[in-house]
Amino acid sequence: MSKTILTTPIQDDDLESLTIGDIVYLTGYLITSRDDVHHRLIKQRKKLPVDLAGKAIFHAGPIMQERENEKGKFDVISIGPTTSMRMEKYQKEFIAQTGVKLIVGKGGMGPDTAAGCQHYKAVHGVFPGGCAVLAANCVEEVEQVEWLDLGMPEAMWVMRVKEFGPLIISIDTQGNNLFEKNKVDFNLRKDQVVEEICRYVDYLE
Amino acid sequence: MNKEEMRHKFIDIIARFTAYTGIHLPDDVYLKLRELGAQENHVLARIVYDAMFEDLSMAAELNRPCCQDTGVIQYFVQLGTRFPLIDEIEDCLREAVKKATIIGPLRHNAVEVFDERNTGNNVGKRIPWIDWEIVPDSDEVTIYVYMAGGGCSLPGTAKVLMPLEGYEGVVKFVFDQITSYGINACPPLLVGVGIAGSVEVAAKLSKKALLRPIGSRNSNTRAAELEKRIEAGMNEIRIGPGGLRGETSVMGVHIEEAARHPATIAVGLSTGCWAHRRSVIRIDANMKYEIISHKGAVL
Repeated sequence: MSKTILTTPIQDDDLESLTIGDIVYLTGYLITSRDDVHHRLIKQRKKLPVDLAGKAIFHAGPIMQERENEKGKFDVISIGPTTSMRMEKYQKEFIAQTGVKLIVGKGGMGPDTAAGCQHYKAVHGVFPGGCAVLAANCVEEVEQVEWLDLGMPEAMWVMRVKEFGPLIISIDTQGNNLFEKNKVDFNLRKDQVVEEICRYVDYLE
Repeated sequence: MNKEEMRHKFIDIIARFTAYTGIHLPDDVYLKLRELGAQENHVLARIVYDAMFEDLSMAAELNRPCCQDTGVIQYFVQLGTRFPLIDEIEDCLREAVKKATIIGPLRHNAVEVFDERNTGNNVGKRIPWIDWEIVPDSDEVTIYVYMAGGGCSLPGTAKVLMPLEGYEGVVKFVFDQITSYGINACPPLLVGVGIAGSVEVAAKLSKKALLRPIGSRNSNTRAAELEKRIEAGMNEIRIGPGGLRGETSVMGVHIEEAARHPATIAVGLSTGCWAHRRSVIRIDANMKYEIISHKGAVL
């Protein structure tokens, strides 16, 4: 099977055939946006310094290193995904305001994001958590940094990436949610397991 | 070696060891991941395990932190009362973190509370977090380095149960948290549980449980049995790597306890992600070191 590669600017058509569990790769612009960027845009109503329409955001706080002989130019050392669920509170509104098409992170997101993905045609994709050098290896260039006053992890790092992935689609444009489906099964099994263990733990005298 | 030379040497060892901790997983964690990975046939689980091992080998080859979140640095120190740097050691550990941040390089992860400012060097108020244990009649120090990442710290929780909720309440508390928050914290997880009389003791013991070697068992028979039961039960849920389903869920379950109050059963939970960066080093009075967690490691 050939690799599915999404290239920015991503069109709605590129996403409509994707379903949860599919594997894709990204070529083009990937911009880190996590807690503080979401907070500034949605809660504080600040204008984003980067146009995200048709592009991809990365829930990630990287380790960047400034070049010694070239001030203001950074190389990425290590950049894996962070827990996407932290952005659940503002993600839907963020999609609405920015026109972002691909959200890359780790773990699942909730019903609001799923609704946002369905309504505005966007997807959430999971990069394997912790695999930060692997991810850094897919970055061609760190072109720009904005809001560096937020500190290294929270700033907006604008990167050009090539076949960045694997990205496992966890929310598709139909609003299907891979992790929420998994959770239903996990919780069913959990109830049985807990009941079984509890038969053995009446240690009170 | 005079005091100043000793101090210099100690800071250098800890700085390099802290940076090393971010790059290489300890032997027990790596072996466990290999064991768990070998059991997987699910497509997504295989993709994630392959990515993990490829990442680890690239990190070692390129000498870079294997995960970008090098955490808030925590040192768990077993300090001999006759260790020659006993007066200086706290200051030395803070210096070591600043140095490790540059060597690593480590991500800047210390944000001052209320000021909401990232200090940019991983040192802040009460950070690095240092936990002290006194070792009588010893001139050595043993230091556990732990990188408390955001992802694996998020499921952390603690609660004081009423005794009639029993150990059943403890079991339920642990499972509820792992199947909700735990699945996003980069499983397969190492699960640390603390049981005590008050919330801070339980919470602290849950973190200390994560410092134990994977596969070790609590010396109390019932506790060891409960560790095994929870571990087997977690694996039956088949959370898989990254929460994407698989054959297993956890690297292990460790419980640590302190005698409780008759009227309370406090339970604390801490989780370690698959990239469980916990290392151990022993340093003697001549500043000779031995790395316990990573066989054959050279700084």
